[in-house]
Amino acid sequence: MPRRDDLSTILVIGSGPIVIGQACEFDYSGTQACKALTEEGYRVVLLNSNPATIMTDPETAQRTYVEPMTPETVEKIIELEKPDALLPTIGGQTALNLAVELAESGVLARHGVQLIGARLDAIVKAEDRDAFRAAMLRIGLALPDSGYAHSVEEARAILERTGLPSIIRPSFTLGGTGGGVARSREEFDPLVEWALRQSTRHTCLIEQSVLGWKEFELEVMRDSADNVVIVCSIENFDPMGVHTGDSITVAPAQTLSDREYQAMRNAAIAIIREIGVDTGGSNIQFGVNPENGALVVIEMNPRVSRSSALASKATGFPIAKIAAKLAVGYTLDELQNDITRETPASFEPTIDYVVTKIPRFTFEKFPRADDLLTTQMKSVGEAMAIGRTFKESFHKALRSLEIGSAGLEPPALPPGEAGLGQLLQSLGEARPGRPWALAEAMRRGVSGEELHRRSKVDPWFLAQLRELVEMEQALCGAAPAERSGWLRRAKQAGFSDARLGRLWGIAEGEVRALRSAAGVRPVFKRVDTCGAEFEAHTPYLYSTYEQECEARPGSRPKIAILGGGPNRIGQGIEFDYCCVHASFALREAGYETIMINCNPETVSTDYDTSDRLYFEPLTLEDVLAILEKEQPGGVIVQFGGQTPLSLASDLERAGVSILGTSPDAIDRAEDRERFDALLESLGLSRPPGFASRSLAEAERVVQRIGYPVLVRPSYVLGGRAMEIVHDSESLSRYMQSALAASPGSPVLVDRFLADAIEVDVDAICDGERVVVGGVMEHIEEAGVHSGDSACSLPPHSLSKSMVDEILRASRALALELGVRGLLNVQFAVKDSELFVLEVNPRASRTVPFVSKAIGQPLAKLAALVMAGRSLDSLGFTREIWPRHFSVKEAVFPFSKFPGVDTVLGPEMKSTGEVMGIDSDFARAYAKAQVEAGNPIPSGGRALFSVRESDRPRIGEAVRQIADAGFELLATQGTAKLIRALGIPVEVVPKVGEGSPNVVERIESGEVAVVFNTVEPRPAAVRDSFAIRRAALQRGIAYFTTLAALSAAAGAIHATRRGTIGVRALQAVHAGIAQNSSPGARRAP
Amino acid sequence: MSAPAPARLALADGTVFRGAACGARGVAVGEVCFNTSMTGYQEILSDPSYAAQIVAMTFTQIGNVGANPEDDESRRPALRGFVAREICEQPSNWRARESLPAFLQRHGVPALSGVDTRALVRRIRSGGFQNGCLSTDPQLQDEALLIERARAAPELSELDLVAEVSCRRPYRFHEGEWAGVSGELPRSARPAPPLRVAAYDFGVKRNILRLLVEHGFEVTVVPATTRPAELRELAPHCVFLSNGPGDPAAVHGVRENIAELCRTYPVFGICLGHQILGLALGGRTRKLKFGHHGGNQPGKDLATGRVAICAENHGYALEAESLRRAGEPVEITHLNLNDDTVEGFAHAELPVFGVQYHPEASPGPHDARYFFARFREMAQRCAAGERVSGAAIARAAVA
Repeated sequence: MPRRDDLSTILVIGSGPIVIGQACEFDYSGTQACKALTEEGYRVVLLNSNPATIMTDPETAQRTYVEPMTPETVEKIIELEKPDALLPTIGGQTALNLAVELAESGVLARHGVQLIGARLDAIVKAEDRDAFRAAMLRIGLALPDSGYAHSVEEARAILERTGLPSIIRPSFTLGGTGGGVARSREEFDPLVEWALRQSTRHTCLIEQSVLGWKEFELEVMRDSADNVVIVCSIENFDPMGVHTGDSITVAPAQTLSDREYQAMRNAAIAIIREIGVDTGGSNIQFGVNPENGALVVIEMNPRVSRSSALASKATGFPIAKIAAKLAVGYTLDELQNDITRETPASFEPTIDYVVTKIPRFTFEKFPRADDLLTTQMKSVGEAMAIGRTFKESFHKALRSLEIGSAGLEPPALPPGEAGLGQLLQSLGEARPGRPWALAEAMRRGVSGEELHRRSKVDPWFLAQLRELVEMEQALCGAAPAERSGWLRRAKQAGFSDARLGRLWGIAEGEVRALRSAAGVRPVFKRVDTCGAEFEAHTPYLYSTYEQECEARPGSRPKIAILGGGPNRIGQGIEFDYCCVHASFALREAGYETIMINCNPETVSTDYDTSDRLYFEPLTLEDVLAILEKEQPGGVIVQFGGQTPLSLASDLERAGVSILGTSPDAIDRAEDRERFDALLESLGLSRPPGFASRSLAEAERVVQRIGYPVLVRPSYVLGGRAMEIVHDSESLSRYMQSALAASPGSPVLVDRFLADAIEVDVDAICDGERVVVGGVMEHIEEAGVHSGDSACSLPPHSLSKSMVDEILRASRALALELGVRGLLNVQFAVKDSELFVLEVNPRASRTVPFVSKAIGQPLAKLAALVMAGRSLDSLGFTREIWPRHFSVKEAVFPFSKFPGVDTVLGPEMKSTGEVMGIDSDFARAYAKAQVEAGNPIPSGGRALFSVRESDRPRIGEAVRQIADAGFELLATQGTAKLIRALGIPVEVVPKVGEGSPNVVERIESGEVAVVFNTVEPRPAAVRDSFAIRRAALQRGIAYFTTLAALSAAAGAIHATRRGTIGVRALQAVHAGIAQNSSPGARRAP
Repeated sequence: MSAPAPARLALADGTVFRGAACGARGVAVGEVCFNTSMTGYQEILSDPSYAAQIVAMTFTQIGNVGANPEDDESRRPALRGFVAREICEQPSNWRARESLPAFLQRHGVPALSGVDTRALVRRIRSGGFQNGCLSTDPQLQDEALLIERARAAPELSELDLVAEVSCRRPYRFHEGEWAGVSGELPRSARPAPPLRVAAYDFGVKRNILRLLVEHGFEVTVVPATTRPAELRELAPHCVFLSNGPGDPAAVHGVRENIAELCRTYPVFGICLGHQILGLALGGRTRKLKFGHHGGNQPGKDLATGRVAICAENHGYALEAESLRRAGEPVEITHLNLNDDTVEGFAHAELPVFGVQYHPEASPGPHDARYFFARFREMAQRCAAGERVSGAAIARAAVA
């Protein structure tokens, strides 16, 4: 069937902020879908609250709503835009759940909006675990024995039948949130309670454990003519029991015979038909008993997913784009395979390489979180690597992770028997370090059977690892003269130069020289969907050590862009957004662009984002090999975050031309002494402090500047290991661990500016002129990491003279550093005095937010400046002061980590962000809170427990909240103050002071919002921890800083009457264009 | 870690691939083709259609699940040599009885591993089929000599390979499909009553025979040169023409027999059987540049509009135009959407149809299995005295 002509406007729902389980892959698929629908001539209306996406760029859809993702908002948008259809399958679980709510409540029917891609009954059948189970049994497929529980009592009854260990899976959640594995009855009840609470339907499945079985996934597509294709098969290295998002996964499946694979394929096709997903993609997971091949269905996602993004990157088959076209009527045979250009999309990709995906964890950010991997996803990102063999691909994946590993290094273990014991113990537990532990056990002679018995990892994977370990031993045994003879075999097995250097006790550069002398260089092969059966027209490349190179570099002027690698806290989608913008802008300007990245979730690794895509690890070795082949005129390292930036000086030393701000200028901003000299020359000040290389030095510093101090290692992103220290005991503990972690690097010890207001500035400089893109005032006070703080653009409380001073300082810094491109400056304002905290001459996390707030593509402009254009020639010469307010709010993964505190500090913990836009600050803030999943209630009981030093300043906020009709509860000290204001308040005992205490009151569900601020002392934080955790667990809005308390009170006050409206980004930007004419311009 | 014994594959065009020896020691000369299936190397190795060929796998990890007795498609491999990027020595699968190197060794197949198979495939893709010489003989590694041997080898079209692989005398085949694994989709019961089918063995794959059994046929396999008079003695309800190796035009003493049988029996042909059927009805075949060998090919049923993902393995194809001009009322029923080659036809009057690809799969997707059901239906209706054409059967599928 050709394109449906009965539709003209299609509403697309995105996935909202980046959270664990829902990351950039939905920007990739959403952007593809919007582009595909636009290409077909439809008017696309988009809702997505995440500003850091390409999807929400005003060019991607005709109407873009960066608004709360709630049924109320969607209905307003439907009223305004009158779409004919809603496509719910490309925005992850968020979009799917929202679509179900809208369909079930009758909103869609009332407005005549059809669901396309998946019908309501199909979504419910796939997502509702009971209905899914019934459907599977109807077509004769097997599932693990299970039962559906609405309460703990029901769950206990089911457990009698299914036994321990027990898998608990809530319905309708993403990333397995709320799921778990109970190994004992003691663990069972709390896990079930938690699961029921996390499920939007308050139901969960209690399932027989198939822990240790092999796990597979198939990516399936179906069209309206009932044609079905399997795009990709994926096998998990980690057996059943670990969430697939946390598993190392390999494509294609490696250990199935054809007959077993076809049995699984037949089952998948029967499932997509039975569930009734009419068009588009689904992901279906299976378990296989290694003893007899028995097949069980685990679950299905009736939408594009993280795995489908991976499958798209692994095969070159653009699942989301094809899914969007199938949803509007096309059949697979009517669509073309973009890569071959001569064959249709109705085929199954075949690949002639092996793909390994490996998850990236950030447990170091959450010291109290358990790093045991279970059915609830805990990783925040992933890297993918392509090699001709599993060994090569696996090795490349390890170094793509950027966790300091260049291969299978021996893990740190206690010496002797204790070490072996700990090692053997760790094999049976799925934790992030397991591959390294397996390799070490092999080195220590543990047998294959024992490794399999303990880890349940398939013997095939173990044999592959053993081959690597054996080769490593042979390499170590090779005499220096024999080394070059080993190089080709070692490189074919994926050993990095760095790892070889460590094995041979020589520098990485020496290995490179050895290789160069021996003529052992990588070649580049193409990802083509067809195993070379047809010619590939898309230069989507990976490196390997083979005979023939297919890179065929072009001869146009070209620029390479280094991406950001796997997502992690502090370096995520915002940087990918900047890289993609750089590529778009430079392509438009006539350059050939070359993207280098290894993150399969991203838009940057879509094969048509850049002219050429190299899917490669971002290490010096891998990047240099590409640059040698391509010989680009310049390389951009300032857009992908810390990863490419850290390669800058090595690349420059190797003769690579770095575009834009020079690595020396970057160093000048990072190196403490050079930075101090810079500030002094400009007459700017920073909080007093010094670099210290020992505890004694640090103590001397503190004697001069006094506590509290902010301590951090130099060269950090995302506030890694940053702490506020209040006493000498903490200082000594911090210094010891910091110096041990990185000997020789100094620790910066600065006066901590308590209660200061932090300000972020993003600007572009072309060497002559500086234009500030935006001045953002943080809501949370200094001490909360800037990535975790909400902020307002324009500033909502700073004076005009202070803003002018900030602009002057930013300009002076940019010009003095000789910035060519983007610059981010962080300031603190304390008692009307301005301090410079940090200067980063590179893209920052806030660039997409600022770009959307002011309607100017900062990253694109900066990329063109880096390529030599002036701001004058680009027509970007003056600051823009929008009349509306934009508020960015951070989104946190706390609910994924039981036992973790939600209090904010200098260490960044957020995974994503949302943007609220409205006519005033309070409303924009209120919207941002809704979007961040922390909606401020309009009434009910408000609970206050505020630290003593904050109490004098909460008066107005408390009054606003009381005026809005809230009933107030407070702990003793806070209550005293509230009563003094003449406002009635009920005193609630603290924990240990009586009953029902504050935590019990929260847990009983009678509290609507919690305001809790705490002295930043470990003891105080520990005492109040239960309050915050209870609020999180109950899903109650909570605010943990004084500034947030005031902002929330302002929002409550502002939204007392009437609802909040919605406005398309395009309309907001048109408004800026009007009021930014010279006459209408104004500063705040 | 000792260095493996060297081995080489030399192509007639002078390209040489150097790698490691695997399987049997020896020298193999044959046409080099590639297969893009990611699973099912054992079925490919034992498929008689590869007689006289050297098969290179595009997927790089071969041998991961070893070899087992159930997955053999014939008693022994008929191909000459085997090439893969990496051949696994330590397989992992609950059915594995031996490793792939052991299987190759046992069957005397020389194999080459550790070579840039993608470069090899790209060479075949751009230059078309050519002969090659694969040597795992440590005494015979001289490249000029190997190239010479490749050049001296006969063209595939000069060989009557069917005579090599066909059975010598008729036999009954009773084996049904492999029992499968617990938890897979339930299978339908064998239809009744049993119908007798005479299956011409041009190099038949066992899974075709198994599926005929599953579709309620009593199967007698007969040699390729069985004459109609001999066949009638078996009193079959219908005739099946199997797959097989090489150039259909080079198969001697068969075409005329089939032309005669078409007038009396319902006939169904697969792959080479389909091509011979086309030739018997007056069509012509041509050699494809590098053929279709893989499990991901789009085969469109023109009657239903549905696209099946098909297992294909053929270097020759029927020419569409020749069928239209053959003088027989033949309808093209299936096309390969990648290059529009004819993948199926049916007679408008006689109960006769053929399919170029492999509905029995093995290896490959099971999407096209409906051909067996169609054959069963056609044979059953003819057995009941109805005159139903192959084309009518194809059209009935729409309803």
